[in-house]
Amino acid sequence: MEGFFAWFQWLYDETGINLTYFYDSFDRARMIGGFFTTIWLSLVCLFFSSIIGIVGAWLQGSRLVWTRRIVQGYIQFFRNTPPLVQMYFFFFALGNLLPRVKSEFGFMEPMLGNFTWAAISLSFFAGAFNVEIFRSGIEAVPESTREAAESLGYNRLQSYLYVVLPLAFRVCLPALNNNLVNLVKTTTLAYAIAVPELLYVSNQIWSDSVNVPEMMTTLLILYVALVGLLVWAMHRWERAIRVPGYGT
Amino acid sequence: MLRKIFGLMVAAGFAATLAAAPAQADAIDDIKARGTLIVGVKADYKPYGFRDPSGAIIGIEPELAQDVADKLGVKLEMVPVVSSNRMQFLEQGKIDLMIATMTDRPDRRKVVQIVDPNYYSSGTNVMSQKAAGLKKWEDLKGKPVCGIQGAFYNKKTQEEFGAQIVAFKGTAEVYTALKQGSCIGFVYDDSALIAQLQDTAQWGDYEMSLPTIDDAPWGLAVQLGEDKFAKLMSDMIVGWHKSGRILELEKKYGVANTPFAQAMHEKYKNM
Repeated sequence: MEGFFAWFQWLYDETGINLTYFYDSFDRARMIGGFFTTIWLSLVCLFFSSIIGIVGAWLQGSRLVWTRRIVQGYIQFFRNTPPLVQMYFFFFALGNLLPRVKSEFGFMEPMLGNFTWAAISLSFFAGAFNVEIFRSGIEAVPESTREAAESLGYNRLQSYLYVVLPLAFRVCLPALNNNLVNLVKTTTLAYAIAVPELLYVSNQIWSDSVNVPEMMTTLLILYVALVGLLVWAMHRWERAIRVPGYGT
Repeated sequence: MLRKIFGLMVAAGFAATLAAAPAQADAIDDIKARGTLIVGVKADYKPYGFRDPSGAIIGIEPELAQDVADKLGVKLEMVPVVSSNRMQFLEQGKIDLMIATMTDRPDRRKVVQIVDPNYYSSGTNVMSQKAAGLKKWEDLKGKPVCGIQGAFYNKKTQEEFGAQIVAFKGTAEVYTALKQGSCIGFVYDDSALIAQLQDTAQWGDYEMSLPTIDDAPWGLAVQLGEDKFAKLMSDMIVGWHKSGRILELEKKYGVANTPFAQAMHEKYKNM
C-alpha cells in the first residue's frame, strides 16, 4: 500500500500531476471523509425528499381547501427560489432565530448544525419537485381503478397506499430518477455553509496544494461514479417492480 | 470500455494543465495598449481592501494599485478576488497584477511570479469569545473554529492543533457564524483581526489572546515569465518602503505601524 501511495509522489515529481490525496495521509483522510459526507447527505436527502413527495402528493388530493393551498404554497416557495439562497436563508437567517443550546465546550451554539440545515433545505427543495412528480403519477392512474378500489371498501388513505401509489410510483419513476440525480449533484451547494462534503474538501485541498485541475477532474470522476451507481440501482428497481402490460 | 473512457477523461484533464503555460507576450505593452491596468484586490478584508458605503473598493492595497496605474500612466480597474481564486485569476490572465493579502510561500512561487522584496507581512491568530479563555493553540483541540476557504493556515490549525475547521467563502459569512456561535473562534490574519476588534460595539466580548504564529511576508504577484513587469513592480515596492508609503497608508487606515513595515523603511530609506 505504501508503495502505491509513494508512486503518486513520484508521479508529481516527474509529471507535475499532483494527486495529494494519495500520498498525503492528511489529505487522504479529508477526501475519504468528504466522500462519505456526500454519500450520507445524499442518502438523508433522498429519503426525506421522497417522503415529502409522497405525503405532499397525498395532501394535494385532500378535500380541505386550506391543506391544498398550504401544499401549493410550499411547492411554489421551494421551486421558485434558488437552492443556494435557501441554504443561506436556512443557515444564517432561520438558524439565528432558533434557541441556543450549550455545546460540549460550554458555549451557546445554535440548536442545529450546518449538516442538519443542509439536509433540511435540500430535502425540502427536492421534496417540492417530488410532490409534483408524484402528482403526475397519481393523475395517470385511471379514475376507474380508483373507483374499483372504493367499491371494494377501501377508504381514501387505503386506496392511496395500496392501489394508487403503487401504480403511480411505476409511472413516475423515470421523472423521480431525474430529480434524485439532480439532488445528489445539488449536495455540492452545502459547501457554501461549510459542510465538509466532496466539493468543500476538494476546495480545501486545492487551496493548500494549488492543484485545481487535478481536483476538478477527481471530482467529476467521483460524481460520474456516484450518480452512475444511483441510476443503475434505480433502473434495476424500475425493472424489478415493472407490471407487465401496464404503462407501456 | 468504461475504464477506457475514464482514462481518456483523466488524460484530457491533465493535458489541459500541462498546456496552460503562461503567455509570453509582454504584460506592460498589453496594459499600455489597453489603457487600463487590471488588479485583483480583496474586497472583504478591511482595511487592506474593502468597500466604502458607495460600493467602491478602497483600502491600503487599492491605493498601492493606484500608485502602479499612475506610474504606468493608465486607468486602474480593480477586480475583487478571494483567497481561493486569486491565483487562478492571475494564471488565466483575468488580472494583470495581484495585490491581495497573499502570503509568500514556495509552492505558490511555482504557480505565479511573486515579486521581491515583500511589501507587507502578517501572522496568524484567532479571534474568540473572551469566555473561551484560549491561552495556547492547543486549547483549540476538537473545537469548531471558523476560517476562510483557501487560507493556508486552515490545514495547519487542523493538522497540528486538532481544531475542526469550518471554512466559509468570505469574512461576512464567518463573522455571522461566529456571532451565532457556530464556531468558537476565527483563525485569520492578525492584521485583519486587529482592525475588526477595533469595532468594540460589535466585538467587545471578543479578544485575540493566542500568540501570533507564522509571521510571514506577503507577496504581490504577476504571471509567471513576466520578468519585465516583475522588475517594474520590484522597483515600485522598494520605492514604497523607501518613501514610507506603507507606514503612511497604515496610519491612514487606522492600523498600528507593523514591525515589518518599519524595518523595511529603515532598510531602504538611505538607499
